[in-house]
Amino acid sequence: MAYLEKKGVYTNVLMAGFGGQGLMFIGKLLAYCAMKRGLNVTWIPSYGPEMRGGTANCTVVISDEPIGSPVISAPEALIVMNNPSLEAFESKLKSGGRLFVDSSLVTRKVMRKDVEVVAVPADDIAMEVGEKKAANLVMLGAYIAKTGVISKEDVAEGLRELFGAKIQFLDVNMKALEKGIQHTKT
Amino acid sequence: MEKKFMNGNEAIAEAAVQAGCRYFFGYPITPQNEIPEYMSKRMPEVGGVYLQAESEVAAIYMVFGAAGAGGRVMTSSSSPGISLKQEGISYIAAAELPCLIVNIMRGGPGLGGIQPSQSDYFQATKGGGHGDYHLLVLAPSTVQEAVELTMDAFDLADKYRNPVMLLGDGYIGQMMEPVVFEKKPSPILPAKDWTITGAKGRKANLVKTLNLDPVILEQHNLKIQHKLQEMARNEVRVEHYLTDDAEVIIAAYGTVARIAKTAIQILRKKGVRAGLIRPITLYPFPYKAFEDIASRVKKILVAEMSLGQMVEDVKLGVCGRAHVRFYGRTGGMVPSYEELVMETERLVKEAL
Amino acid sequence: MVEVSGLERVFSRPKSLLPVVTHYCPGCGHGITHRLVAEVIDELGIRERTVGVAPVGCAVLLYKYLDVDMYEAAHGRAPAIATGCKRVHPDLVVFTYQGDGDFAAIGTAESVHAAVRGERITTIFINNAIYGMTGGQMAPTTLVGQKTTTTPMGRMVERAGYPIRMSEMLATLDGAAYIARVAVSSAKYVVQAKRAIRRAFETQLKGLGYSMVEVLSHCPTDWHMTPLDATLWVEETMMKVFPLGEFKVPKELV
Repeated sequence: MAYLEKKGVYTNVLMAGFGGQGLMFIGKLLAYCAMKRGLNVTWIPSYGPEMRGGTANCTVVISDEPIGSPVISAPEALIVMNNPSLEAFESKLKSGGRLFVDSSLVTRKVMRKDVEVVAVPADDIAMEVGEKKAANLVMLGAYIAKTGVISKEDVAEGLRELFGAKIQFLDVNMKALEKGIQHTKT
Repeated sequence: MEKKFMNGNEAIAEAAVQAGCRYFFGYPITPQNEIPEYMSKRMPEVGGVYLQAESEVAAIYMVFGAAGAGGRVMTSSSSPGISLKQEGISYIAAAELPCLIVNIMRGGPGLGGIQPSQSDYFQATKGGGHGDYHLLVLAPSTVQEAVELTMDAFDLADKYRNPVMLLGDGYIGQMMEPVVFEKKPSPILPAKDWTITGAKGRKANLVKTLNLDPVILEQHNLKIQHKLQEMARNEVRVEHYLTDDAEVIIAAYGTVARIAKTAIQILRKKGVRAGLIRPITLYPFPYKAFEDIASRVKKILVAEMSLGQMVEDVKLGVCGRAHVRFYGRTGGMVPSYEELVMETERLVKEAL
Repeated sequence: MVEVSGLERVFSRPKSLLPVVTHYCPGCGHGITHRLVAEVIDELGIRERTVGVAPVGCAVLLYKYLDVDMYEAAHGRAPAIATGCKRVHPDLVVFTYQGDGDFAAIGTAESVHAAVRGERITTIFINNAIYGMTGGQMAPTTLVGQKTTTTPMGRMVERAGYPIRMSEMLATLDGAAYIARVAVSSAKYVVQAKRAIRRAFETQLKGLGYSMVEVLSHCPTDWHMTPLDATLWVEETMMKVFPLGEFKVPKELV
């Protein structure tokens, strides 16, 4: 959908995985940081019973103009952290879009040939930094490294504001984010 | 002003608090639970009352009691819960009690689902409960607008002594967006000398809905009707988006109106001059906007998350002078901008 | 009126009771109960801060008889409306005046949960074992075997179950502070009834929780009895199923 592309900033991403993997959180974090940079943002969750254990997803739209549809049929980027999410959303990704896959958990083969696949062993990397739950930040690191929508510093500031006093969470999450960025750049 | 990043439900709750709402009575139901949850924490901070009622029925009558006592009061629910409240809403309208009722709509009928829907349009705008009355119905399409309309809602309710409904689909409640809270000063509102405060140094007040004498009841209903006509003169709100040169109009409200805006951008890049008319007040409905547009645009697509409810009001406004087509998804399905593009193109190509 | 010197006026209309003729049938228990409520309001000196809530039922027109701020309420919803009012004005004295269909059938959830919350309101619950306003249909408190227009052969348990004992039920709830059942069928019982109504209001004034007085009342019209027979039926038949007494009294009032 080239006609949706604008001269200014406009992007969107759909993130999906199991409830509890923290995709809703990194979606909110991404939107929050973009808002802090003066951009318009929308964040829409899937909601309901599937949030407990099943597949959860959210859509983030970022733009320097007022946002029309917060619901995106063919996202420009997709972050998936489990097999069911890849199965559910692979076909929806826009042609030429980016597919970020947590390769520690997603064993299913990507079928699309017209998209850029960014495979990140996020759970393994998270284990390395000492917090398995930080795999979501690894994926966010990969996403911002590729898209440049927001910077590492933006995320750091956003995390500081959201975590406040709980510095130990801040450090480990920042480490995970950096690893995600490094992995994707190299 | 500081921008906050909040979901629609929490933003509505905070807006209500900032508008002076101090009494909240509700009952949990998805997808509006963030409103009571937020209120349960926030109300005690501002010296207000949060009460989780035993049912939606009890909650709406607690609203009746609190509004009758002069409190700034609200309740919130979602479609099935709003159905349960309808009896009380009729009584509240009859007793002319100001209050805010929030409906974050989900798919019906029956228990239905929990995904976004707009299928309570008829219920909200045409009555819902029994008797001759209407709610003033406000339909936001962004979180920011939900905040502004919530703040206005309390003043409007007081101004007309009429219940106001904020009608949003599930996405309006669940979506997070940046939002700024800025309460406009309230207009001068009529004195609440009719409220239940204890008959100290005055004649006893009475809040009632029973009028056994049909002559009296007719007079009462005409008085309510007169207020509704006043509202229709003063309170209609509608957004026009790229309508000046439009050859085709999409009519939509709430989340669907936003999806339509994206569809219109796509259509314009493809050379179709599409525009949007977005009713913000669903009651009173902006009939005039459609009456006017029908004099120069002959094709109108009404898009809803329902099987065709607002379309009837659009047709009333157009009054046969333009072709009105309907496109809707139901049961929690959300129309995509591609679908709206396709439907609009099809309508444009059709010979009338 | 001729004033005779040397005599003391010992009986007059309570100030809170308006000087009007009521719509009640001859021999009805509502008038007596209205008067008792008005006397208690006068004696406690709370007329200017008392609020009544009267829902659908024979007493829906209570607002015509009591000189206090009032709500006329939907069927069954008086405790919810009273709750809304009390939460806005905690200093007001709020009471509901409900019949058996209202309090024990259509409004059972509201009744029970007002007590569950320990809502600082008072309920005067008129139990006359019949739907009076609508013309004599079965009430939730209709006795087994009692004939009504919807139990023409008498209430049969296989079809319509058993009468509900609200006082006993509500007394089990921690939020209920004062629960009593009284009657107004004779002078002795009227005196007891007034004492209970007073204690119920005192319970609210002291902020001790929910209070309720169940009044066994007589309905000669829908029972198809003379007023005298109706009062006897209360005492000889109803009281066997609905025993009088105080089921719960807060220690602060003992």
